[in-house]
Amino acid sequence: MSELLAINNVSGGYYKEDVIKGISLDVKEGDFLGIIGPNGSGKTTLLRLATRILPLRKGEILYKDRSISAMDLKEFCRRVAFVCQDISTDFSFTVMELVLMGRIPHLKRLQFEGRKDMEIAREKLFLTDTLSLKDKRIDELSAGERQRVIIARALAQEPELLFLDEPTAHLDIGHQVQTLDLLKKLNRKNGLTIVMILHDLNLASAYSNRIALLNKGVIFKEGRPEEVLTYQNIETVYKTIVLVNNNSITGKPNVVLVPGEK
Amino acid sequence: MYFKKRFVVLFFLLGLAVISGLVKGAVKIPLADLLLKDNQAIFNLRLLRIAAAILVGSGLAASGIALQAILRNPLAEPYLLGTSSGAGLAAVTAAILGLSRLYMPLAAFLGAMLSIILVYSLAKERGLIADKSLILSGVIVSVAFSSIIVFLVSLFGNEAMHEMNWWLWGSLQVYDYKLLTLVALPVVLGICGIYLFAQDLNAISLGEEEAVHLGINTQAIKKILILITAVITASLICICGIIGFVGLIVPHMMRLVVGPDHKILIPVTCIAASIFVVLCDLLSRTLFAPVEIPIGVITAIIGAPVFIILLKKGKRI
Repeated sequence: MSELLAINNVSGGYYKEDVIKGISLDVKEGDFLGIIGPNGSGKTTLLRLATRILPLRKGEILYKDRSISAMDLKEFCRRVAFVCQDISTDFSFTVMELVLMGRIPHLKRLQFEGRKDMEIAREKLFLTDTLSLKDKRIDELSAGERQRVIIARALAQEPELLFLDEPTAHLDIGHQVQTLDLLKKLNRKNGLTIVMILHDLNLASAYSNRIALLNKGVIFKEGRPEEVLTYQNIETVYKTIVLVNNNSITGKPNVVLVPGEK
Repeated sequence: MYFKKRFVVLFFLLGLAVISGLVKGAVKIPLADLLLKDNQAIFNLRLLRIAAAILVGSGLAASGIALQAILRNPLAEPYLLGTSSGAGLAAVTAAILGLSRLYMPLAAFLGAMLSIILVYSLAKERGLIADKSLILSGVIVSVAFSSIIVFLVSLFGNEAMHEMNWWLWGSLQVYDYKLLTLVALPVVLGICGIYLFAQDLNAISLGEEEAVHLGINTQAIKKILILITAVITASLICICGIIGFVGLIVPHMMRLVVGPDHKILIPVTCIAASIFVVLCDLLSRTLFAPVEIPIGVITAIIGAPVFIILLKKGKRI
């Protein structure tokens, strides 16, 4: 596996203080990388730096050996797509209109979507099991449906690398598994590289082939799930007592909470 | 196909509005006599007004749509960023200084542009413009300028008062076709300019970060569009003063009809707003003829209840 994205000693943040303090992280082609860490550890900020929402204050991020800040933004968005937690807007676009927006990075100014773009949009709707919703307005959908539509839009960008910020945050367990299964399938069959923030340690464990554990703006530990999800690491970073055993079906670590009060 | 039909209907309605605007007025001229030599003067005058109405309708509609999308605020309207009070203040000042009426449009244009520059520089933080500070500084500058206008009016009385009413409530009495053509150029170019960004407006209306993730340089596009809308509204203010509600209501109504996709919304709303302004102008001339009611009063009287109904119906705008 060759390197797709190289984050080299990157710092950045919002006001004066850096939220991310010198992080280095490599994403290889075909990776399924889970990013975990407590609230405020800098997970979302790291993704914002990597998707060019925030400027880097130190270090550099290379995409296939090219600095991302020097790349044309539209070209960058043809290669890298981002899935947010939810879209809230006062403008009620239809599902089809929203997914077609994923084609914007492929279109020139005043070039409107053509037959090929419509086909790609339909294909991605089919893939995410939302084709039947295509004429509905996005504010009519349930959270789970909308999340799948947002994923369809990101896929319509035909990216090589997909970033997701807690895609399962608003979903029930059924939809969580359904969404992550879809991502795993895209990762295996289509070779889509995935970098995903997850709050649920067990979901991260079950689906990622690598995990980065963030704490206070630096990477505390990075590696295979069984290397990162040890009770020592979790107790140090999250400051809570846990028990780690094995998920008998996946063979991956399974984190069990230990309530302080009984 | 579906949309083509709607365009045909809209153009048909616009044609009807134009014809009734030509026929009706303080003096009624039957359609057949409209082209007679005796009626030429009236015909030309009415044609000029209708042309101005179409220009005003489409210019305000396109600017309103652009600002609503880039600020993601359904209450945004073309005068939000202080152009109206800036133009009013400049015109009132010019009247007090005794400048000839010929210079009024120029003064209003400069006043409008200056106030936008002021609002823009107040809202800028570290080279970036935040939507909320833009709206806030627009409101603050408007309030400050409006109170200076009232201050001047109370000091200098009638002369300034007359001028203020004309600018603040609008009129489509255009006597000078040269001025109209001069204004038409930036307005038409501006509308085309906004349409060039139809795709980007779709993405920006989802949120600034969403748009960046779709490859759109939001900061640059926001700056360009603020400039374009400023030039359009400042140019329109020179010929017709301030006509409220058009840039606010018509885009909302059309969003309910054709949806928020700017590629369709912009042209449809421009035509619909043209119809609206032509008809409002007709009412302003005929309702209490020969007295002419300022068109801004008519658009507000029709616009306010329509807006309330839209809000009450609970439809997403």
